[in-house]
Amino acid sequence: MTVHQSISDETRPAYNYAYLDEQTKRMIRRALLKAVAIPGYQVPFGSREMPLARGWGTGGIQVTAAIIGPDDTLKVIDQGADDTTNAVSIRRFFERTADARTTEATDEATIIQTRHRIPEAPLKAGQIMVYQVPQPEPLRKLEPHEAETRKMHAWAEYGLMQVKLYENIARFGEVTTTYDYPVMVNGRYVMAPSPIPKFDNPKMQMSPALQLFGAGREKRIYAVPPHTSVRSLDFDDHPFRIQSWEQPCALCGAADSYLDEVVIDDQGGRMFVCSDSHHCETRRAEGHRGAMLADASALHLVEDEAKP
Amino acid sequence: MTPNDTLIGAGFADPVFQSQGAFRALLAALSEPGLACDLGDAVVPPAGLEPATAVALLTLADYETPIWLPAALRDGPAGAWLRFHCGAALVDDPAKAAFAVIDGAATEPKLAAFNAGDDQFPDRSTTVLVQCAGLDGGEAVTLEGPGIAGQRSIAPTGLRPAFWAEVEDNAAVYPLGVDVLLVHGAQVLGLPRSTQIVEIR
Repeated sequence: MTVHQSISDETRPAYNYAYLDEQTKRMIRRALLKAVAIPGYQVPFGSREMPLARGWGTGGIQVTAAIIGPDDTLKVIDQGADDTTNAVSIRRFFERTADARTTEATDEATIIQTRHRIPEAPLKAGQIMVYQVPQPEPLRKLEPHEAETRKMHAWAEYGLMQVKLYENIARFGEVTTTYDYPVMVNGRYVMAPSPIPKFDNPKMQMSPALQLFGAGREKRIYAVPPHTSVRSLDFDDHPFRIQSWEQPCALCGAADSYLDEVVIDDQGGRMFVCSDSHHCETRRAEGHRGAMLADASALHLVEDEAKP
Repeated sequence: MTPNDTLIGAGFADPVFQSQGAFRALLAALSEPGLACDLGDAVVPPAGLEPATAVALLTLADYETPIWLPAALRDGPAGAWLRFHCGAALVDDPAKAAFAVIDGAATEPKLAAFNAGDDQFPDRSTTVLVQCAGLDGGEAVTLEGPGIAGQRSIAPTGLRPAFWAEVEDNAAVYPLGVDVLLVHGAQVLGLPRSTQIVEIR
């Protein structure tokens, strides 16, 4: 197979474009096409050793490596942020192995690889979301045997999951699952949406973007095509609800985004800020100001666009 | 024997990027059923294969994926070309194939003859490339399902009379079933098993 050396420096190892060899890419591509044809079904695939430990996004990286090309612009986020360790190192991995054009802007990206968040800005047709998935099997905590969960999916035997949600309600008065909240895809397969907060679940419903999921350690790929029904499991008398906060983002004042709680001193002080760093920056650049922006700016923790 | 029967034409000139581009078109075709996607003209196909069929198989098939071809193609230059470039086995039994190429106008084999997967592994089904006379100008067929916002209308030509009934039967056994790619020229149009036929006019 032709080796494409995108880096001219002779001292560097001659990886194939996007690190994976062509045979591996073909295998992943076949799995992706079947995953798209059976929304929510977990397709087994031959997950490869990657140059970072399993559990650091190897599934997502392999999916991205199989789809990325010279025309793509890649965005990588980790818990919503573009500037955290996992996101920075994966972005650099593709800059080095695939000469990838990268961005932090959600609307400029054609491929968005994500760990545990969906961006706040609405996704567009033609964009591809790639999720890093630690545990692709939504039933695994209820049934440890793969042979059994496989049969449960084959026969759409999802009573156990409903019982689990019911027991939550019986004990606590509400469903206490706040992330990796199980969804029903296309009315057939119960799927783990990866550990995104349940706040993000409604964004998957009928999304115009293609959503691909890669679990490297568990060796599974699954997908949700655009405009596909993704319903969070619930009961008629206990409808699905997302999180809400009593205060807006302390930096940009957004009242409709997912907020992280940040402890700011040892006196019990705390602030709530947008988890999606690009969304927060965009809003601040537009002139939105939160209650604590001036303080954070004075400490040089963030840039205050409004200041001269 | 003419020289063309013995000479095997070239495959991808640039396998990494041409297969990546073709794969993205195939991914778009199956994730947005009914949308005609362009696979380009990267290769000169052997006799009997549409350009898009040749590109799709070069992109996806290898020694892990047995291919089923009609007897005339299997024993002709197309079979030799696929054996050489993909390293794929050519099988006689449609149910053993991972990929299959059929003529849309021929009456055999039916879609049901191919592997529909099993209930625990529906992904082990055949992907059937149906070569037809055109992707528009025929009777209008309205589609619905995942990947389609509302409904989408397609009008391929050159398909056998019972073809749409077979596609309906295929969708009825969801999540089992074969995934169909309608192919003409450089274009491909996806009909995965999840797509429902709403109306044929």
